[in-house]
Amino acid sequence: MDNKPNKLSIMVNGLVKENPVLVLVLGTCPTIAVTTQAFNGIGMGLAATVVLICSNIFISLLKKIIPDTVRIPCYIVVIATFVTIVQFLLQAYLPDLNKALGVFIPLIVVNCIILGRAEMFANKNSVVDSALDGLGMGLGFTIALTIMGSIREIIGSGSWMGITLTANMITPMSVLILAPGGFFVFGLLIACVNKLTKGKGVKRKSFDCAGCPSAAACSQAKEGGCN
Amino acid sequence: MAEMLKIIFAAVLVNNCVLVQFLGICPFLGVSKKLDSAVGMSLAVTFVMALATVATWPIQKFLLDPNGIGYLQTIVFILVIAALVQLVEIILKKYMPALHKSLGVYLPLITTNCAVLGVCINNITNGYEFIPALLNSIGTGLGFLLAMVIFSGVRQRIEYNDIPESFKGVPITLIAASVLALAFMGFSGVIDGIFGA
Repeated sequence: MDNKPNKLSIMVNGLVKENPVLVLVLGTCPTIAVTTQAFNGIGMGLAATVVLICSNIFISLLKKIIPDTVRIPCYIVVIATFVTIVQFLLQAYLPDLNKALGVFIPLIVVNCIILGRAEMFANKNSVVDSALDGLGMGLGFTIALTIMGSIREIIGSGSWMGITLTANMITPMSVLILAPGGFFVFGLLIACVNKLTKGKGVKRKSFDCAGCPSAAACSQAKEGGCN
Repeated sequence: MAEMLKIIFAAVLVNNCVLVQFLGICPFLGVSKKLDSAVGMSLAVTFVMALATVATWPIQKFLLDPNGIGYLQTIVFILVIAALVQLVEIILKKYMPALHKSLGVYLPLITTNCAVLGVCINNITNGYEFIPALLNSIGTGLGFLLAMVIFSGVRQRIEYNDIPESFKGVPITLIAASVLALAFMGFSGVIDGIFGA
């Protein structure tokens, strides 16, 4: 019974304290690129969540079989397989979303969050824990993307989830749905999280290189990280 | 010739891979702190992008497409890129130790750089022939170099300024990137202006 709060905390961990986007600042490319609309943010987040849960489960199952020296390529194959499956599902059932997300669906393969969780969590923990970790991290990613997408869509095009809110009375600030707006909103969101957590959130530095799949090969890891 | 120049210019300025297409933001934020490491990283990326295109374009056209297995694109491309990066590292280490010393440290990081996989997939999606695809990759790499070099200068300025506590680190970097992206938006009509629509 006393395992229960532990399992819950694994999941909640990814939602708030170690939110992959807003606290650990991983997976920045899709975060900025697809969040021109709230719906795209949710779609991207859920697609990545599915891949993350499945790859975490499989890598956790295979952790004793995969030799340590070739683990990264093995993880990549597992992740790429699930990305292809998700891509097929999107093409079949949500072709519009698939078109909107474009190249960023296949690019889930190289999303640092997924490879990072495989390296940091799934290859050390049990299957159930890994699945919960994947779910938590994935939902944390989804929430962050949805918040960003909502802010950018409401201010940038005056609508939310495709529903016009301003009744076309106000000209929306379309710069927010363009490239500069993406960087700007993301920067402000991280600053807000910094302000709110005030050191209670995990410092990125203490995580940085331990979570990075390239740490072993990276010269900067020895010098104290890339940031 | 004009067509080829157009592709390169478009890839470097108008569709700058970091600031317009949002590919490779992780190294853009991570490695842009010092000018020399920014240049080293970007050159390694350009090199790997060109090589990856040379490897993946024929695979797609002559292996995947004729056999109707184009859907394996993602898996095959990422494996080819990973293998290629390893190979380049081994060759450089053996035959060009000096170059390996300056570029080698960035190579393993490039496998998981989404710009490389992204440009290979984009080349196929946009239906480029072999030579334009190669030029597009080189142009994208040069665009990455340009963004990294400019941004490393910006970041050195940020270092010496008094920034509000909450904005220290990543947030102020992103906001600086936003201003730079705004500047790059000014290039959006340039290509049609020079080469004619």
